Amino acid sequence: MDEALLRSLIPGVIGTLVRRGADFAAAEDAVQDALVEALRAWPADPPRDARGWLVTVAWRRYLDAVRADAARRRREDRVEEEPAPGPAPAADDTLQLFFLCAHPSLTPSSAVALTLRAVGGLTTRQIARAYLVPEATMAQRISRAKRTVSGVRFDQPGDVATVLRVLYLVFNEGYSGDVDLAAEAIRLTRQLATAVDHPEVAGLLALMLLHHARRAARTAPDGSLVPLAEQDRGRWDTAAIAEGVGILQAALARDRLGEFQAQAAVAALHADAPTAEETDWVQIVEWYDELVRLTGSPVVRLNRAVALGEADGPRAGLLALAELDASLPRYAAVAAYLHERDGDLATAARLYAEAAHKAPDLAERHHLTRQAARLNSRGSR
Amino acid sequence: MAKYLLLKHYRGAPAPVNDVPMDRWTPEEISAHVQYMNDFAARLEKTGEFVDGQALAPEGAWVRYDGEGRPPVTDGPFAETKDLIAGWMVIDVDSYDRAVELAGELSAAPGAGGEPIHEWLEVRPFLAAPPTVSE
Repeated sequence: MDEALLRSLIPGVIGTLVRRGADFAAAEDAVQDALVEALRAWPADPPRDARGWLVTVAWRRYLDAVRADAARRRREDRVEEEPAPGPAPAADDTLQLFFLCAHPSLTPSSAVALTLRAVGGLTTRQIARAYLVPEATMAQRISRAKRTVSGVRFDQPGDVATVLRVLYLVFNEGYSGDVDLAAEAIRLTRQLATAVDHPEVAGLLALMLLHHARRAARTAPDGSLVPLAEQDRGRWDTAAIAEGVGILQAALARDRLGEFQAQAAVAALHADAPTAEETDWVQIVEWYDELVRLTGSPVVRLNRAVALGEADGPRAGLLALAELDASLPRYAAVAAYLHERDGDLATAARLYAEAAHKAPDLAERHHLTRQAARLNSRGSR
Repeated sequence: MAKYLLLKHYRGAPAPVNDVPMDRWTPEEISAHVQYMNDFAARLEKTGEFVDGQALAPEGAWVRYDGEGRPPVTDGPFAETKDLIAGWMVIDVDSYDRAVELAGELSAAPGAGGEPIHEWLEVRPFLAAPPTVSE
Protein backbone atom coordinates (compact mmCIF):
# COMPACT_ATOMS: atom_id res chain seq x y z
CA MET A 1 0.00 0.00 0.00
CA ASP A 2 1.27 3.45 -0.91
CA GLU A 3 0.79 5.33 2.34
CA ALA A 4 1.96 8.66 0.88
CA LEU A 5 -0.67 8.38 -1.86
CA LEU A 6 -3.34 7.54 0.70
CA ARG A 7 -2.37 10.52 2.81
CA SER A 8 -2.31 12.90 -0.16
CA LEU A 9 -6.02 12.12 -0.72
CA ILE A 10 -7.07 13.18 2.79
CA PRO A 11 -7.49 16.97 2.30
CA GLY A 12 -9.66 16.46 -0.78
CA VAL A 13 -11.87 13.96 1.05
CA ILE A 14 -12.36 16.38 3.96
CA GLY A 15 -13.22 19.08 1.42
CA THR A 16 -15.82 16.86 -0.21
CA LEU A 17 -17.53 16.18 3.11
CA VAL A 18 -17.52 19.86 4.00
CA ARG A 19 -19.11 20.79 0.67
CA ARG A 20 -21.77 18.17 1.28
CA GLY A 21 -22.74 20.03 4.42
CA ALA A 22 -20.61 18.56 7.19
CA ASP A 23 -18.88 21.02 9.49
CA PHE A 24 -15.10 20.88 9.48
CA ALA A 25 -14.65 19.27 12.90
CA ALA A 26 -17.11 16.44 12.22
CA ALA A 27 -15.81 15.91 8.66
CA GLU A 28 -12.22 15.73 9.91
CA ASP A 29 -13.14 13.19 12.59
CA ALA A 30 -14.99 11.03 10.06
CA VAL A 31 -12.10 11.13 7.61
CA GLN A 32 -9.63 10.22 10.36
CA ASP A 33 -11.81 7.18 11.13
CA ALA A 34 -11.83 6.26 7.45
CA LEU A 35 -8.05 6.69 7.30
CA VAL A 36 -7.47 4.37 10.25
CA GLU A 37 -9.83 1.87 8.60
CA ALA A 38 -7.95 2.17 5.29
CA LEU A 39 -4.58 1.55 6.97
CA ARG A 40 -6.08 -1.62 8.45
CA ALA A 41 -8.04 -2.95 5.48
CA TRP A 42 -6.17 -1.88 2.34
CA PRO A 43 -3.03 -4.04 2.63
CA ALA A 44 -5.20 -7.20 2.32
CA ASP A 45 -7.97 -5.74 0.18
CA PRO A 46 -6.91 -2.66 -1.84
CA PRO A 47 -9.83 -0.70 -3.36
CA ARG A 48 -10.00 0.03 -7.09
CA ASP A 49 -10.90 3.69 -6.49
CA ALA A 50 -9.02 4.83 -3.38
CA ARG A 51 -10.54 8.29 -3.20
CA GLY A 52 -14.08 7.01 -3.78
CA TRP A 53 -13.57 4.40 -1.04
CA LEU A 54 -12.43 7.06 1.44
CA VAL A 55 -15.35 9.38 0.60
CA THR A 56 -17.90 6.56 0.99
CA VAL A 57 -16.49 5.26 4.28
CA ALA A 58 -15.96 8.74 5.73
CA TRP A 59 -19.45 9.85 4.75
CA ARG A 60 -20.93 6.75 6.37
CA ARG A 61 -18.94 7.44 9.54
CA TYR A 62 -20.11 11.02 9.47
CA LEU A 63 -23.76 9.97 9.18
CA ASP A 64 -23.29 7.46 12.02
CA ALA A 65 -21.85 10.20 14.22
CA VAL A 66 -24.66 12.60 13.37
CA ARG A 67 -27.29 9.98 14.09
CA ALA A 68 -25.65 9.09 17.37
CA ASP A 69 -25.71 12.69 18.44
CA ALA A 70 -29.24 13.46 19.53
CA ALA A 71 -28.56 17.16 19.65
CA ARG A 72 -27.86 17.10 15.97
CA ARG A 73 -31.06 15.24 15.15
CA ARG A 74 -32.51 18.15 13.21
CA ARG A 75 -29.65 18.16 10.77
CA GLU A 76 -30.41 14.62 9.65
CA ASP A 77 -33.05 15.73 7.16
CA ARG A 78 -30.41 17.63 5.31
CA VAL A 79 -27.78 14.91 5.24
CA GLU A 80 -29.92 11.79 5.07
CA GLU A 81 -29.95 11.47 1.29
CA GLU A 82 -26.50 11.05 -0.11
CA PRO A 83 -25.74 13.79 -2.65
CA ALA A 84 -23.82 13.12 -5.83
CA PRO A 85 -20.06 13.41 -5.27
CA GLY A 86 -19.84 16.19 -7.87
CA PRO A 87 -16.62 17.60 -9.32
CA ALA A 88 -13.84 17.89 -6.77
CA PRO A 89 -11.75 21.07 -6.85
CA ALA A 90 -9.11 19.29 -4.77
CA ALA A 91 -6.43 21.98 -5.01
CA ASP A 92 -8.76 24.63 -3.56
CA ASP A 93 -9.84 22.33 -0.74
CA THR A 94 -6.23 21.65 0.13
CA LEU A 95 -5.39 25.34 0.26
CA GLN A 96 -8.43 26.12 2.41
CA LEU A 97 -7.46 23.34 4.78
CA PHE A 98 -3.90 24.71 5.03
CA PHE A 99 -5.33 28.13 5.94
CA LEU A 100 -7.76 26.75 8.49
CA CYS A 101 -5.17 24.53 10.21
CA ALA A 102 -2.68 27.41 10.46
CA HIS A 103 -5.30 29.92 11.60
CA PRO A 104 -3.74 32.76 13.65
CA SER A 105 -6.00 31.95 16.63
CA LEU A 106 -4.14 28.64 17.12
CA THR A 107 -0.98 28.22 19.16
CA PRO A 108 2.01 26.95 17.13
CA SER A 109 1.83 23.44 18.59
CA SER A 110 -1.93 23.20 17.91
CA ALA A 111 -1.51 24.44 14.34
CA VAL A 112 1.25 21.90 13.74
CA ALA A 113 -0.81 19.01 15.12
CA LEU A 114 -3.95 19.95 13.19
CA THR A 115 -2.03 20.45 9.94
CA LEU A 116 -0.34 17.06 10.25
CA ARG A 117 -3.68 15.37 10.82
CA ALA A 118 -6.11 17.17 8.50
CA VAL A 119 -3.71 18.03 5.65
CA GLY A 120 -0.98 15.48 6.24
CA GLY A 121 -3.33 12.56 6.79
CA LEU A 122 -1.34 11.26 9.75
CA THR A 123 -3.09 9.43 12.55
CA THR A 124 -3.21 10.89 16.05
CA ARG A 125 -0.99 8.05 17.22
CA GLN A 126 1.68 8.80 14.61
CA ILE A 127 1.68 12.50 15.50
CA ALA A 128 1.86 11.71 19.22
CA ARG A 129 4.84 9.43 18.68
CA ALA A 130 6.61 11.96 16.50
CA TYR A 131 6.35 14.58 19.23
CA LEU A 132 6.91 12.17 22.14
CA VAL A 133 3.67 12.87 23.98
CA PRO A 134 0.91 10.44 25.03
CA GLU A 135 -1.74 9.73 22.40
CA ALA A 136 -4.49 11.01 24.73
CA THR A 137 -2.67 14.35 25.07
CA MET A 138 -2.29 14.70 21.30
CA ALA A 139 -5.96 13.76 20.76
CA GLN A 140 -6.98 16.52 23.16
CA ARG A 141 -4.60 19.01 21.55
CA ILE A 142 -6.21 18.31 18.18
CA SER A 143 -9.82 18.45 19.34
CA ARG A 144 -9.10 21.66 21.23
CA ALA A 145 -7.57 23.14 18.07
CA LYS A 146 -10.68 22.15 16.12
CA ARG A 147 -12.91 23.85 18.69
CA THR A 148 -10.76 26.98 18.40
CA VAL A 149 -11.34 27.23 14.65
CA SER A 150 -14.97 26.02 14.75
CA GLY A 151 -16.27 29.52 14.07
CA VAL A 152 -13.97 30.09 11.09
CA ARG A 153 -15.62 29.70 7.69
CA PHE A 154 -14.02 27.00 5.57
CA ASP A 155 -13.82 29.19 2.47
CA GLN A 156 -12.38 32.21 4.24
CA PRO A 157 -9.16 33.43 2.59
CA GLY A 158 -6.03 33.03 4.69
CA ASP A 159 -2.44 34.18 4.89
CA VAL A 160 0.20 32.04 3.19
CA ALA A 161 2.83 33.33 5.63
CA THR A 162 1.16 31.68 8.62
CA VAL A 163 1.01 28.36 6.74
CA LEU A 164 4.71 28.63 5.90
CA ARG A 165 5.61 29.21 9.54
CA VAL A 166 3.76 26.04 10.54
CA LEU A 167 5.46 23.98 7.82
CA TYR A 168 8.85 25.37 8.82
CA LEU A 169 8.20 24.28 12.43
CA VAL A 170 7.36 20.76 11.26
CA PHE A 171 10.53 20.62 9.16
CA ASN A 172 12.77 21.97 11.88
CA GLU A 173 11.50 19.64 14.58
CA GLY A 174 14.27 17.32 15.59
CA TYR A 175 12.18 14.50 16.99
CA SER A 176 10.92 11.65 14.92
CA GLY A 177 9.09 8.44 15.64
CA ASP A 178 8.03 6.24 12.76
CA VAL A 179 7.22 9.41 10.82
CA ASP A 180 10.00 11.40 9.17
CA LEU A 181 8.81 14.93 9.98
CA ALA A 182 11.32 16.62 7.68
CA ALA A 183 10.21 14.50 4.72
CA GLU A 184 6.59 15.06 5.70
CA ALA A 185 7.14 18.84 5.77
CA ILE A 186 8.65 18.67 2.29
CA ARG A 187 5.69 16.63 1.01
CA LEU A 188 3.22 19.14 2.50
CA THR A 189 5.13 22.14 1.13
CA ARG A 190 5.12 20.55 -2.34
CA GLN A 191 1.36 20.10 -1.97
CA LEU A 192 0.99 23.75 -0.95
CA ALA A 193 3.13 24.81 -3.93
CA THR A 194 0.72 23.07 -6.32
CA ALA A 195 -2.26 24.76 -4.62
CA VAL A 196 -0.92 28.32 -4.55
CA ASP A 197 1.57 30.25 -6.66
CA HIS A 198 3.74 32.26 -4.25
CA PRO A 199 7.52 32.88 -4.37
CA GLU A 200 7.91 32.37 -0.61
CA VAL A 201 6.29 28.92 -0.84
CA ALA A 202 8.90 28.11 -3.46
CA GLY A 203 11.55 29.68 -1.21
CA LEU A 204 10.60 27.48 1.73
CA LEU A 205 10.47 24.36 -0.44
CA ALA A 206 13.95 25.16 -1.80
CA LEU A 207 15.25 25.81 1.73
CA MET A 208 13.92 22.47 2.92
CA LEU A 209 15.32 20.53 -0.04
CA LEU A 210 18.75 22.13 0.33
CA HIS A 211 18.99 21.33 4.05
CA HIS A 212 17.48 17.89 3.65
CA ALA A 213 20.12 17.16 0.99
CA ARG A 214 22.83 17.38 3.64
CA ARG A 215 21.10 15.20 6.18
CA ALA A 216 23.14 12.03 5.66
CA ALA A 217 26.37 14.01 6.12
CA ARG A 218 25.20 15.91 9.21
CA THR A 219 25.58 13.05 11.69
CA ALA A 220 28.46 10.65 12.27
CA PRO A 221 27.66 6.95 12.74
CA ASP A 222 27.82 7.47 16.54
CA GLY A 223 25.10 10.14 16.29
CA SER A 224 27.41 13.10 16.89
CA LEU A 225 26.99 16.31 14.88
CA VAL A 226 29.30 16.97 11.95
CA PRO A 227 29.69 20.72 11.35
CA LEU A 228 29.14 22.00 7.81
CA ALA A 229 32.85 22.62 7.17
CA GLU A 230 33.77 19.03 8.07
CA GLN A 231 30.95 17.25 6.22
CA ASP A 232 31.74 14.74 3.49
CA ARG A 233 30.21 16.64 0.59
CA GLY A 234 30.18 13.45 -1.46
CA ARG A 235 27.32 12.31 0.76
CA TRP A 236 25.14 15.29 -0.07
CA ASP A 237 22.07 14.46 -2.16
CA THR A 238 22.90 16.15 -5.47
CA ALA A 239 19.44 15.55 -6.97
CA ALA A 240 17.76 17.35 -4.06
CA ILE A 241 20.31 20.18 -4.33
CA ALA A 242 19.68 20.56 -8.08
CA GLU A 243 15.93 20.62 -7.52
CA GLY A 244 16.23 23.12 -4.65
CA VAL A 245 18.50 25.44 -6.65
CA GLY A 246 16.19 25.28 -9.67
CA ILE A 247 13.10 26.13 -7.59
CA LEU A 248 14.97 28.95 -5.85
CA GLN A 249 16.24 30.50 -9.09
CA ALA A 250 12.74 30.53 -10.57
CA ALA A 251 11.41 32.17 -7.39
CA LEU A 252 14.17 34.81 -7.21
CA ALA A 253 13.57 35.70 -10.88
CA ARG A 254 10.14 36.97 -9.87
CA ASP A 255 11.77 39.70 -7.83
CA ARG A 256 9.57 39.39 -4.75
CA LEU A 257 12.21 38.55 -2.18
CA GLY A 258 11.20 37.16 1.19
CA GLU A 259 12.77 35.59 4.23
CA PHE A 260 12.64 31.98 3.05
CA GLN A 261 14.07 32.75 -0.39
CA ALA A 262 16.99 34.59 1.25
CA GLN A 263 17.60 31.72 3.68
CA ALA A 264 17.47 29.28 0.79
CA ALA A 265 19.99 31.44 -1.10
CA VAL A 266 22.45 31.04 1.80
CA ALA A 267 21.87 27.28 1.80
CA ALA A 268 22.34 27.19 -1.99
CA LEU A 269 25.71 28.96 -1.73
CA HIS A 270 26.88 26.33 0.76
CA ALA A 271 25.55 23.56 -1.48
CA ASP A 272 27.34 25.07 -4.45
CA ALA A 273 30.83 24.99 -2.88
CA PRO A 274 32.82 21.87 -3.82
CA THR A 275 34.88 22.29 -0.62
CA ALA A 276 34.32 24.34 2.54
CA GLU A 277 37.29 26.55 1.56
CA GLU A 278 35.63 27.49 -1.73
CA THR A 279 32.46 28.82 -0.04
CA ASP A 280 31.48 32.25 -1.36
CA TRP A 281 31.27 33.95 2.06
CA VAL A 282 31.12 37.45 0.57
CA GLN A 283 27.83 36.61 -1.16
CA ILE A 284 26.57 34.86 1.96
CA VAL A 285 27.17 38.04 3.98
CA GLU A 286 25.16 39.95 1.35
CA TRP A 287 22.25 37.55 1.76
CA TYR A 288 22.42 37.93 5.53
CA ASP A 289 22.28 41.71 5.01
CA GLU A 290 19.04 41.14 3.08
CA LEU A 291 17.76 38.90 5.85
CA VAL A 292 18.56 41.52 8.50
CA ARG A 293 16.66 44.04 6.38
CA LEU A 294 13.68 41.66 5.98
CA THR A 295 13.43 40.35 9.53
CA GLY A 296 15.60 42.47 11.85
CA SER A 297 16.11 39.22 13.74
CA PRO A 298 19.01 39.14 16.26
CA VAL A 299 19.55 35.45 15.40
CA VAL A 300 20.15 36.46 11.78
CA ARG A 301 22.66 39.09 12.95
CA LEU A 302 24.46 36.38 14.88
CA ASN A 303 24.68 34.20 11.76
CA ARG A 304 25.85 37.23 9.84
CA ALA A 305 28.71 37.70 12.33
CA VAL A 306 29.85 34.13 11.60
CA ALA A 307 29.72 34.74 7.85
CA LEU A 308 31.55 38.05 8.24
CA GLY A 309 34.25 36.25 10.26
CA GLU A 310 34.79 33.96 7.28
CA ALA A 311 34.59 36.69 4.62
CA ASP A 312 36.67 39.44 6.30
CA GLY A 313 38.50 37.56 9.05
CA PRO A 314 37.72 36.74 12.69
CA ARG A 315 38.35 40.30 13.93
CA ALA A 316 35.55 41.60 11.71
CA GLY A 317 33.30 38.83 13.01
CA LEU A 318 34.13 39.67 16.63
CA LEU A 319 33.41 43.37 16.00
CA ALA A 320 29.98 42.49 14.57
CA LEU A 321 29.40 40.17 17.51
CA ALA A 322 30.23 42.93 20.03
CA GLU A 323 27.12 44.83 18.90
CA LEU A 324 24.82 41.93 19.81
CA ASP A 325 23.17 40.85 23.05
CA ALA A 326 25.32 38.22 24.77
CA SER A 327 22.22 36.42 26.05
CA LEU A 328 21.27 35.31 22.51
CA PRO A 329 21.12 31.54 22.03
CA ARG A 330 24.43 30.28 20.58
CA TYR A 331 26.18 33.61 21.23
CA ALA A 332 28.88 31.90 23.29
CA ALA A 333 29.39 29.20 20.66
CA VAL A 334 29.89 31.81 17.93
CA ALA A 335 32.22 33.84 20.16
CA ALA A 336 34.25 30.70 20.94
CA TYR A 337 34.64 29.86 17.25
CA LEU A 338 35.71 33.39 16.29
CA HIS A 339 38.21 33.61 19.17
CA GLU A 340 39.70 30.28 18.17
CA ARG A 341 40.17 31.47 14.60
CA ASP A 342 41.69 34.65 15.99
CA GLY A 343 44.27 32.54 17.85
CA ASP A 344 43.03 33.18 21.41
CA LEU A 345 42.69 29.52 22.36
CA ALA A 346 42.31 30.00 26.12
CA THR A 347 39.31 32.31 25.68
CA ALA A 348 37.89 30.00 23.01
CA ALA A 349 38.12 26.96 25.29
CA ARG A 350 36.40 28.80 28.12
CA LEU A 351 33.63 30.01 25.80
CA TYR A 352 33.12 26.55 24.26
CA ALA A 353 32.59 25.15 27.76
CA GLU A 354 30.18 27.97 28.56
CA ALA A 355 28.32 27.37 25.29
CA ALA A 356 28.08 23.63 26.03
CA HIS A 357 26.51 24.43 29.38
CA LYS A 358 23.80 26.48 27.62
CA ALA A 359 23.27 24.19 24.62
CA PRO A 360 19.58 23.48 23.89
CA ASP A 361 20.14 19.93 22.68
CA LEU A 362 22.31 17.00 23.62
CA ALA A 363 24.14 16.56 20.31
CA GLU A 364 25.19 20.21 20.33
CA ARG A 365 26.25 20.03 23.95
CA HIS A 366 28.46 17.05 23.22
CA HIS A 367 29.88 18.75 20.15
CA LEU A 368 30.76 21.93 22.06
CA THR A 369 32.19 19.99 25.00
CA ARG A 370 34.46 18.15 22.54
CA GLN A 371 35.58 21.51 21.10
CA ALA A 372 36.51 22.74 24.59
CA ALA A 373 38.27 19.45 25.36
CA ARG A 374 40.20 19.58 22.07
CA LEU A 375 41.61 23.02 22.97
CA ASN A 376 42.16 22.20 26.64
CA SER A 377 44.11 19.03 25.86
CA ARG A 378 46.51 20.72 23.40
CA GLY A 379 49.08 21.66 26.05
CA SER A 380 49.12 18.23 27.69
CA ARG A 381 50.05 16.30 24.53
CA MET B 1 6.73 23.09 21.68
CA ALA B 2 9.19 22.24 24.33
CA LYS B 3 9.17 19.84 27.19
CA TYR B 4 9.78 20.88 30.77
CA LEU B 5 10.21 18.92 33.96
CA LEU B 6 8.41 20.29 37.02
CA LEU B 7 10.41 18.75 39.81
CA LYS B 8 9.18 18.51 43.35
CA HIS B 9 11.90 18.46 46.02
CA TYR B 10 11.08 17.84 49.66
CA ARG B 11 14.49 18.93 50.81
CA GLY B 12 16.99 21.16 49.15
CA ALA B 13 14.47 23.75 47.98
CA PRO B 14 13.81 26.96 49.89
CA ALA B 15 11.18 26.47 52.64
CA PRO B 16 7.61 26.75 51.34
CA VAL B 17 5.32 29.41 52.82
CA ASN B 18 2.76 27.00 54.27
CA ASP B 19 5.36 24.67 55.75
CA VAL B 20 3.37 22.16 57.81
CA PRO B 21 4.42 18.50 57.31
CA MET B 22 1.74 16.48 55.58
CA ASP B 23 1.23 14.13 58.53
CA ARG B 24 -0.01 17.11 60.56
CA TRP B 25 -2.74 17.91 58.06
CA THR B 26 -6.29 16.69 58.50
CA PRO B 27 -7.30 13.69 56.34
CA GLU B 28 -9.66 15.97 54.42
CA GLU B 29 -6.79 18.37 53.69
CA ILE B 30 -4.74 15.48 52.33
CA SER B 31 -7.64 14.38 50.15
CA ALA B 32 -8.09 17.92 48.87
CA HIS B 33 -4.38 18.09 48.05
CA VAL B 34 -4.43 14.78 46.13
CA GLN B 35 -7.61 15.83 44.32
CA TYR B 36 -5.97 19.10 43.28
CA MET B 37 -2.99 17.21 41.82
CA ASN B 38 -5.26 14.80 39.91
CA ASP B 39 -7.44 17.62 38.61
CA PHE B 40 -4.37 19.54 37.52
CA ALA B 41 -3.06 16.57 35.51
CA ALA B 42 -6.50 15.95 34.00
CA ARG B 43 -6.78 19.60 32.98
CA LEU B 44 -3.36 19.52 31.32
CA GLU B 45 -4.38 16.44 29.39
CA LYS B 46 -7.40 18.38 28.12
CA THR B 47 -5.24 21.28 26.98
CA GLY B 48 -2.92 18.84 25.21
CA GLU B 49 0.06 19.70 27.40
CA PHE B 50 0.42 16.66 29.66
CA VAL B 51 3.24 14.19 29.09
CA ASP B 52 3.90 12.36 32.33
CA GLY B 53 3.56 12.56 36.09
CA GLN B 54 5.17 10.22 38.61
CA ALA B 55 5.76 10.06 42.33
CA LEU B 56 8.84 8.45 43.83
CA ALA B 57 9.30 6.46 47.02
CA PRO B 58 11.30 8.60 49.45
CA GLU B 59 14.07 6.08 50.03
CA GLY B 60 16.47 4.71 47.46
CA ALA B 61 19.87 3.08 47.37
CA TRP B 62 23.15 4.15 45.75
CA VAL B 63 24.47 1.63 43.26
CA ARG B 64 27.73 1.42 41.36
CA TYR B 65 29.75 -0.91 39.15
CA ASP B 66 32.38 -2.87 41.06
CA GLY B 67 34.44 -4.49 38.32
CA GLU B 68 34.21 -7.39 35.89
CA GLY B 69 32.33 -10.44 37.20
CA ARG B 70 31.42 -8.82 40.51
CA PRO B 71 27.92 -7.85 41.61
CA PRO B 72 27.19 -4.11 41.80
CA VAL B 73 27.95 -2.43 45.11
CA THR B 74 24.98 -0.91 46.90
CA ASP B 75 25.01 1.60 49.70
CA GLY B 76 22.30 3.22 51.73
CA PRO B 77 19.49 3.99 52.03
CA PHE B 78 20.55 7.04 54.00
CA ALA B 79 18.13 8.64 56.41
CA GLU B 80 19.43 12.15 55.83
CA THR B 81 20.31 13.11 52.26
CA LYS B 82 20.72 16.69 51.20
CA ASP B 83 17.94 16.40 48.67
CA LEU B 84 14.82 14.31 48.32
CA ILE B 85 12.98 14.22 45.04
CA ALA B 86 9.32 13.44 45.64
CA GLY B 87 8.07 13.31 42.10
CA TRP B 88 7.69 15.14 38.86
CA MET B 89 5.42 16.19 36.09
CA VAL B 90 6.51 16.51 32.46
CA ILE B 91 4.68 19.04 30.28
CA ASP B 92 4.88 19.89 26.58
CA VAL B 93 4.13 23.60 26.11
CA ASP B 94 4.53 26.41 23.59
CA SER B 95 6.79 28.61 25.71
CA TYR B 96 8.91 28.94 28.83
CA ASP B 97 6.40 31.48 30.16
CA ARG B 98 3.65 28.87 29.92
CA ALA B 99 5.82 26.35 31.81
CA VAL B 100 6.34 28.90 34.62
CA GLU B 101 2.61 29.71 34.68
CA LEU B 102 1.72 26.02 35.08
CA ALA B 103 4.38 25.44 37.75
CA GLY B 104 2.86 28.38 39.65
CA GLU B 105 -0.56 26.74 39.49
CA LEU B 106 0.78 23.39 40.61
CA SER B 107 2.51 25.08 43.54
CA ALA B 108 -0.86 26.47 44.66
CA ALA B 109 -2.03 22.99 45.71
CA PRO B 110 -3.85 23.28 49.06
CA GLY B 111 -2.15 22.15 52.29
CA ALA B 112 -2.78 22.72 55.97
CA GLY B 113 -5.87 24.83 56.63
CA GLY B 114 -6.80 24.48 52.95
CA GLU B 115 -4.31 27.23 52.16
CA PRO B 116 -1.96 26.96 49.15
CA ILE B 117 1.36 25.43 50.21
CA HIS B 118 3.36 27.74 47.91
CA GLU B 119 5.96 25.00 47.56
CA TRP B 120 8.96 25.62 45.34
CA LEU B 121 9.05 23.57 42.13
CA GLU B 122 12.10 23.37 39.96
CA VAL B 123 11.41 24.00 36.25
CA ARG B 124 13.98 22.36 33.98
CA PRO B 125 13.88 22.34 30.17
CA PHE B 126 14.51 19.04 28.37
CA LEU B 127 17.43 18.88 26.00
CA ALA B 128 15.79 18.20 22.67
CA ALA B 129 17.10 16.75 19.42
CA PRO B 130 19.03 19.20 17.23
CA PRO B 131 16.99 21.30 14.78
CA THR B 132 17.11 20.46 11.06
CA VAL B 133 18.10 23.96 9.95
CA SER B 134 21.47 24.63 11.48
CA GLU B 135 22.75 27.90 10.06
